[in-house]
Amino acid sequence: MKQTALTDLHLLARRPLYSGRAWAALAAAAAVLALLPLLNLAFPPGHALHVSAYAVALLGKFMCYAMAALALDLVWGYAGILSLGHGLFFALGGYAHGMYLMRAIGRDGVYQSDLPDFMVFLDWKAYPWYWSFTEHFWYAMLLVVLVPGLLAFVFGYFAFRSRIKGVYFSIITQALTFAAMLLFFRNDTGFGGNNGFTDFKRILGFDITAPGTRAALYWITLAALAGALVLARAVTQSKLGRVLTAVRDSESRLRFIGYDPLGFKLFVWTLSAVLCGVAGALYVPQVGIINPSEMSTETSIEMVIWVATGGRGTLVGPIIGAGAVNGLKTWFTSVLPEFWLYALGLIFVLVTLFLPTGIVGLARRLAVRFQERKA
Amino acid sequence: MRIAAIAHFLRRFLLGWLLAVPLLSAPAPAAGVDPALLAPLAGDDTDAKLRAIAALGQLPDPGAAAVLQALGNDRLYATADGRVLVGDGARAIDPATGAAADLPADAGAIGINNRLRRAIEAALAGSRLYSADARERLAAARRLQQAGDPARLPMLEKALAVEKHDEVRGALEIAVANLELKSADPAVRRHAVELLGRTGNPAFRSTLAALAQQADGPQAEPDAEVREAAAQALRQIDRHLATIEWAGNLFYGISLGSVLLLAALGLAITFGLMGVINMAHGELLMIGAYVTYVAQTLFRAWLPGWMDWYVLAALPLAFVVTALVGMALERTVIRWLYGRPLETLLATWGISLMLMQGVRTLFGAQNVEVGNPSWMSGGITVLDGLVLTYNRLVIIGFALFVVFLVWALLNHTRLGLFVRAITQNRRMADCVGVPTGRVDMLAFGLGSGIAGLAGVALSQLGNVGPDLGRAYIVDSFMVVVLGGVGQLAGTVIAALGLGGVNKFLEPYAGAVMAKITILALIVLFVQKRPQGLFAPRGRSVE
Amino acid sequence: MKRRLALKQLTAVSLLAMSGWMPQVHAAGDTIKVGILHSLSGTMAISETSLKDVALMAIEEINANGGVLGKKLEPVVVDPASNWPLFAEKSRQLLSQDKVAVVFGCWTSVSRKSVLPVFKELNGLLFYPVQYEGEELEKNVFYTGAAPNQQAIPAVEYLMSEDGGGAKRFVLLGTDYVYPRTTNKILRAFLHSKGVKDSDIDEVYTPFGHSDYQTIVANIKKFATGGKTAVVSTINGDSNVPFYKELGNAGLKATDVPVVAFSVGEEELRGVDTKPLVGHLAAWNYFESIKNPVNQDFIKKWKAYAQAKNLPNANTVVTNDPMEATYIGIHMWKQAVEQAKSTEVDKVIASMGGQKFDAPDGYTIEMDKTNHHLHKPVYIGEIRADGQFNVVWKSKGPIRAQPWSPYIPGNESKQGL
Repeated sequence: MKQTALTDLHLLARRPLYSGRAWAALAAAAAVLALLPLLNLAFPPGHALHVSAYAVALLGKFMCYAMAALALDLVWGYAGILSLGHGLFFALGGYAHGMYLMRAIGRDGVYQSDLPDFMVFLDWKAYPWYWSFTEHFWYAMLLVVLVPGLLAFVFGYFAFRSRIKGVYFSIITQALTFAAMLLFFRNDTGFGGNNGFTDFKRILGFDITAPGTRAALYWITLAALAGALVLARAVTQSKLGRVLTAVRDSESRLRFIGYDPLGFKLFVWTLSAVLCGVAGALYVPQVGIINPSEMSTETSIEMVIWVATGGRGTLVGPIIGAGAVNGLKTWFTSVLPEFWLYALGLIFVLVTLFLPTGIVGLARRLAVRFQERKA
Repeated sequence: MRIAAIAHFLRRFLLGWLLAVPLLSAPAPAAGVDPALLAPLAGDDTDAKLRAIAALGQLPDPGAAAVLQALGNDRLYATADGRVLVGDGARAIDPATGAAADLPADAGAIGINNRLRRAIEAALAGSRLYSADARERLAAARRLQQAGDPARLPMLEKALAVEKHDEVRGALEIAVANLELKSADPAVRRHAVELLGRTGNPAFRSTLAALAQQADGPQAEPDAEVREAAAQALRQIDRHLATIEWAGNLFYGISLGSVLLLAALGLAITFGLMGVINMAHGELLMIGAYVTYVAQTLFRAWLPGWMDWYVLAALPLAFVVTALVGMALERTVIRWLYGRPLETLLATWGISLMLMQGVRTLFGAQNVEVGNPSWMSGGITVLDGLVLTYNRLVIIGFALFVVFLVWALLNHTRLGLFVRAITQNRRMADCVGVPTGRVDMLAFGLGSGIAGLAGVALSQLGNVGPDLGRAYIVDSFMVVVLGGVGQLAGTVIAALGLGGVNKFLEPYAGAVMAKITILALIVLFVQKRPQGLFAPRGRSVE
Repeated sequence: MKRRLALKQLTAVSLLAMSGWMPQVHAAGDTIKVGILHSLSGTMAISETSLKDVALMAIEEINANGGVLGKKLEPVVVDPASNWPLFAEKSRQLLSQDKVAVVFGCWTSVSRKSVLPVFKELNGLLFYPVQYEGEELEKNVFYTGAAPNQQAIPAVEYLMSEDGGGAKRFVLLGTDYVYPRTTNKILRAFLHSKGVKDSDIDEVYTPFGHSDYQTIVANIKKFATGGKTAVVSTINGDSNVPFYKELGNAGLKATDVPVVAFSVGEEELRGVDTKPLVGHLAAWNYFESIKNPVNQDFIKKWKAYAQAKNLPNANTVVTNDPMEATYIGIHMWKQAVEQAKSTEVDKVIASMGGQKFDAPDGYTIEMDKTNHHLHKPVYIGEIRADGQFNVVWKSKGPIRAQPWSPYIPGNESKQGL
């Protein structure tokens, strides 16, 4: 019997990422999403099939949020590490890309100087050392990956080594993002303070507000989201993923068996941070501004609710959750602005009390019940 | 014997009565103030007004002082026909005659600005030097220490000659010395400089610094000995300033620590007991502050005479209201999430959003005004330069009182016994018959109630608005994480420590860097001791 | 029961999410849409909610008088929730989805800067009613608030004058963001030009939401021992309250060290006990206590509106400078539309220059012909115990704005658009 179990385990580790039907569904969803910018570009406004630029920009933003939610689900849903500071990695990626975009403004800013406007009003004469090379796109992209990754690695190493877990860890991540927010709010830190980075003009030579550029950014975001989903799925379906699930379920027991969770946790934590950073980097050119309030504790906690609403531990769930909650937010703040916070608070409470498995979990349960009815 | 006693008593009573009569039948305000002096006050010429104020200050007539006081309090009116009246509600007094007069409807209050206010204070100080109350004389003498006009010297010397009270004498001598700095005689100047140096009062720093300079234009001091004495005096003052600064930082640190302590205490109790991080804790602080606002409004409407004591009434009210809110929270949301602390965190965050918006709907998004009662306004000056503000002193005392109450509750009541038992080992406590469900609810109520009390304190310090809780939530967490939940001492030490370190760092690094450094230090500290300073002992679950 | 509840939730959530990005169909009626972009929640709600209400009041007033070009105005109110990216999103929504003719909104410079690219891209029209740091001049924006030369510089001049206390040393205390930073830069250059040395200027910045001012007040006291000192406060909004409380309790009276604030108006004083603050100063282009018939009328209308609409704390509402600026902006826009006989943005922009309006501040205010700013009078007021201001100084008449401050090097070549 033990032999079978072992070979079962071995077989399970090699199972495919998604079933055929799941692949089909995902491909269909991706195709629909990819179609929208075409509809925006191809048809003029007023046409029945036209999709407004507003909608395209909004969906692009939602997809970035979805990617961040996905990254968070990797650590929370699969490794049981609740991070209340993932907004920090998101924002750091955004700032890294923003540095390049600020450089790309060139002399077209308000003060027609080589330096960004906020450095001019601070009376700085040259870029600080940490801005060097950021005029090169590839370097900025390197920073997008390295800065959140390195920070996550160092922080995670010390935290996991000291075996900080559970609520304490969450509070510490909150402290980290709060401290970073305070740091970035300082104008002296050299990242624009409360104004942040804004007023972008160009990206890689293309006008950043042109519909074509917007569509391109949208498709790149879609591709990144899809890629992140596949990557995350691969990680969670592999043997590594199994260990992570064990970490989530009972870390002490795992330790007693002989695994050292440190390496696994660190890996998935860093990967999650990098994915979040990439999401942030894609967010900034589509939204047009990055500001330290992206690092606020409120933003990070909202990310958690996207994951919870969609269904933690499912990878697809957070994507749906991010879309649903943000869509709701957009609708509420237009139609019933005074009630938006009640709705959001209620979502938090109801999801944790009644929908612990989120929308996807609910759908699965319904599907199972439907199957049972049929059988 | 008894008759003698009664007679003795009667005699003293009659004597007292006879002596009091002249005082009781104090004469009506003396022959009024010269209208020519009053006229410029109604006009537009600022210089003429200043001259009039100075002149009124020289008059011994209490009517003149009354005019100046009214002017300072926006109660001096100018009528259309150029008269000046001292107003008091609907009635008015004509200072020229001392008689009552009607306040015409078209009379406008004479407006003043800071410059006039300063002149009025100086003028009144002059007349108050002869007041019967020693405290008033002392305050007047202190005010006049800042005067720079040598013409006042004879008046001060006259007052000094008749002054019997030691403290007032000292203050007057300093005021005289300040003016003697301009004397022609170097020996007099040197004596003045030495006297001022000995006071250590930083208010004299600028004048002494100017004297200590080399030949420096109009402030030049020709006599080398005087310059030397001035430099010496400056050093004394600077030393004193350094002491004041150090003592100040200590006080600020303790007061910040006491605020953190109050804010975090409730959280520490609920976290220690149930492992629940209550993200709505900040909003409980906010509710406590709003209850104080409501109490103030009620007192204003129904008990205006007792306005000064609305804070004391707000305390039990805030405790009860927030405790009820906390218990409701526990019953409806938290108990279903028992054993799932991370979900509790999220659910309570949702509650906090709803509470914030609820307060916005009820009270408006704007801040509401909560005033300090008079016994919490102002401060006490110690060390001749450091002001310990009353509101912070009261809050420090209050924080210690609350800690004492909680300690007494935890260690000397049955509920406290149950709470400690559950904190150490919930299952075992359950087994021996502790009603864990009810104790959970009561302990949560207690923690929330303490948050309400903290909210009352916070309302006296800063803004009261829907965002009040947000400002303190991260700090409360830091205190709890740092202090650990094993003992009350952990929270106390962590709070005071954080407050102290913050305030000692602030002068060097600025407010933001100090805060960031502290957060970084906490993160590093928790790596070393993940359970905080005072970890719970026993076989606690992870 | 749980299942049904969850089902309901699921349906509701997905429906609502879908509706979020469905293009909204609006009846193309006989109305002109006007966008109102002010935070109704979050940290800025404290200041911005009243601007939304004043805008709605002005729109109601205009509609009662027949509307604009025969059509009624329809307000479209959105809540960007003090979130800067949301400001950009909402402005895009207002311009491209709701197709508003004009937007009245923003408060912080960040919010303005985040919506600017959208307005430039979609050729929208924004009226910005708050005093700010200048250094900006955009074709699509009309600035109805004060530029530094209409607020900050006259205030400092007053402090240096005899009446203001003859200050020789200055503490420039502000919250750490662009408005205080730029204003202090301008003020420093101005003070240099008046002979004040750098050793007599102390520039201090605090983070947003800072509430513990003990150390700062102690430092002000220490700084004041060096000579007659005044404090220029660019602290943001309600952070002024703990500062004033600490100041009052520490015994620093206005006669010793006067504090002039640029972000404290009647609205902020509603939330604070003003007794210890008597004598401290503020500089604006309008105070509620100014006595003239237009202002009395304005205040009466506002109080009546607040009562009628049951606004929270309706019996203690006040008017302040940004409210007056909003009111002026809406009326001037109406006049410009009527003059241009169209709501088309370019035509309205062309006819805005030179518009005149009898404002509650007592003057006939004019929109400059080239620089998109109003000519505004300057008032300096002292705080009274009842939360109103006593005007202690006023400029001789409206002052023309200099959005490009001459005290910042490099601005000499910039003029109007």
